[in-house]
Amino acid sequence: MSEPLLDVRGLEAGYGATRVLFGIDLQVAAGSITALLGANGAGKTTTLRALCGLIRRQGHVTLAGRRIDGLACEEIVRLGVAHVPDGRGTFTGLTTEENLRMGACTRRDRAGVREDFERLYDYFPRLKERRHQQAGTLSGGEQQMLAIARALMLRPKLLLMDEPSFGLAPLVVQDIFRIMQRVRESQNVSILLVEQNASLALELADTAYLLETGRIVLSGPASAVRSNDAVRTAYLGGQS
Amino acid sequence: MNAFLSQLLAGLAAGGIYASLALALVMIYRSTHHVNFAQGEMAMFSTFVASLLLQAGWPYWAAFAATVAIAFATGAAIEGLLIRRLRDAPVLAIVVVFVALLVILHSLAGWLFGYAIRSFPSPFPQAAAGYGGGLMSPHQLGAIGVTLVMLALIYLFFRYSPLGLAMRATAENPVSSRLVGVRVNRMLALGWGLAGAIGAVAGMMVAPVVFLDVHMMSGVLLYAFAAAVLGGIGSAPGAVVGGFIVGVLENLLGTYVVGAELKLTVALVLIIGVLVARPSGLFGKAVVVRV
Repeated sequence: MSEPLLDVRGLEAGYGATRVLFGIDLQVAAGSITALLGANGAGKTTTLRALCGLIRRQGHVTLAGRRIDGLACEEIVRLGVAHVPDGRGTFTGLTTEENLRMGACTRRDRAGVREDFERLYDYFPRLKERRHQQAGTLSGGEQQMLAIARALMLRPKLLLMDEPSFGLAPLVVQDIFRIMQRVRESQNVSILLVEQNASLALELADTAYLLETGRIVLSGPASAVRSNDAVRTAYLGGQS
Repeated sequence: MNAFLSQLLAGLAAGGIYASLALALVMIYRSTHHVNFAQGEMAMFSTFVASLLLQAGWPYWAAFAATVAIAFATGAAIEGLLIRRLRDAPVLAIVVVFVALLVILHSLAGWLFGYAIRSFPSPFPQAAAGYGGGLMSPHQLGAIGVTLVMLALIYLFFRYSPLGLAMRATAENPVSSRLVGVRVNRMLALGWGLAGAIGAVAGMMVAPVVFLDVHMMSGVLLYAFAAAVLGGIGSAPGAVVGGFIVGVLENLLGTYVVGAELKLTVALVLIIGVLVARPSGLFGKAVVVRV
């Protein structure tokens, strides 16, 4: 197997004196979707925050062979890591279009940015309808679409997604997962997906990791994780 | 009637100065939620720098441009060296630092430039009899022009330039801004730089009227506060409109109602009145916090 796009070894992080992650190892292969599963409070969001440099962390993290564990968040973004954050992170006072423009604010290829505007408005027609509307007035689902579209405006190599299904109607969730599939195929973006909706995530993902109280307790191909008895009982609502 | 019109126009001229300084206050407030008490002293200091350059024989507009550049750099430096370290400090500590900055700049200016009152030149021609119908002095007219051009440039910058957009985004949501790759520290320094530059322009425009000395901005800053509060401290258009309203009110009330001695009181009454009756100001939004 070739070198993974993202290689994480011994990642530790926390908030103040509270440690949340106790040495995470995980890999995201280029062009793949990797799911990070776990219950509330297991450290999923913290893992994403640590990876993109929003919080202090220790460990060895490389992106396409380059170490990023000492870099500031904004520099990691500039290497091609986009983030769909927990809580969506909408710029509520800006218009929808300005939000998307912010997603591409580090890019200098104007023609490419214009192309991406077209492409994302094609993915999310609702955003196109509302492009001049103040983003704070969008519905929750629309803001989630906006968060995803904004992240894609970076043309990222790696997309970190924190609970893209959170608070959305099932139909909208299916929409979003279909778009993620399309994005992966058409643009060779790798995705690290944090989800509470384990069955949906495992359907989409190639590889999965299971996080419990800050440690990886299980990992493997998504199909194998899906058929694991413990996972079925705890996360998929299956019978033991 | 002419006298009334003349007072009205004088009020607009002064209002432009208040509007500029109020805008500088609002810019810093929006990005960091700090009220920069030293804004007036920064402007005063810049005006002294302009005065030095003029004494050294620089042509007016060259000195003007250089002063704006120096004020920009100084503002950015104050943010980078001082304010940035207070990011997680309690509010009271921050207030104390701003007051200290005010006192330090004030004393430093006195020590460097002296406490004597000096005249400061206007770039516009001396009033000639019959000029502009005699309603407005050329300086007032010119100052309004300079202020309006500056406000328009700032509006265009924030509305249409990518950098202006990034600064608005940073003011609104610093974490999301970092997540899309904005170098937030630079944006904050840039905001302070702009506020410093705006203040410098206001200082140079008001100095020919109030004369140059270390106290020249203390009254102006009060009016600017009144303007910012009237407009809603978080609203840039509000600050500008508030500035013009305060300028006109101050002049008309000073002339026809309370007399010149109580003019400054008008500003204070206005601040208190707005805070009591409509705390979010004319343009501000009431902020509801869920707990």
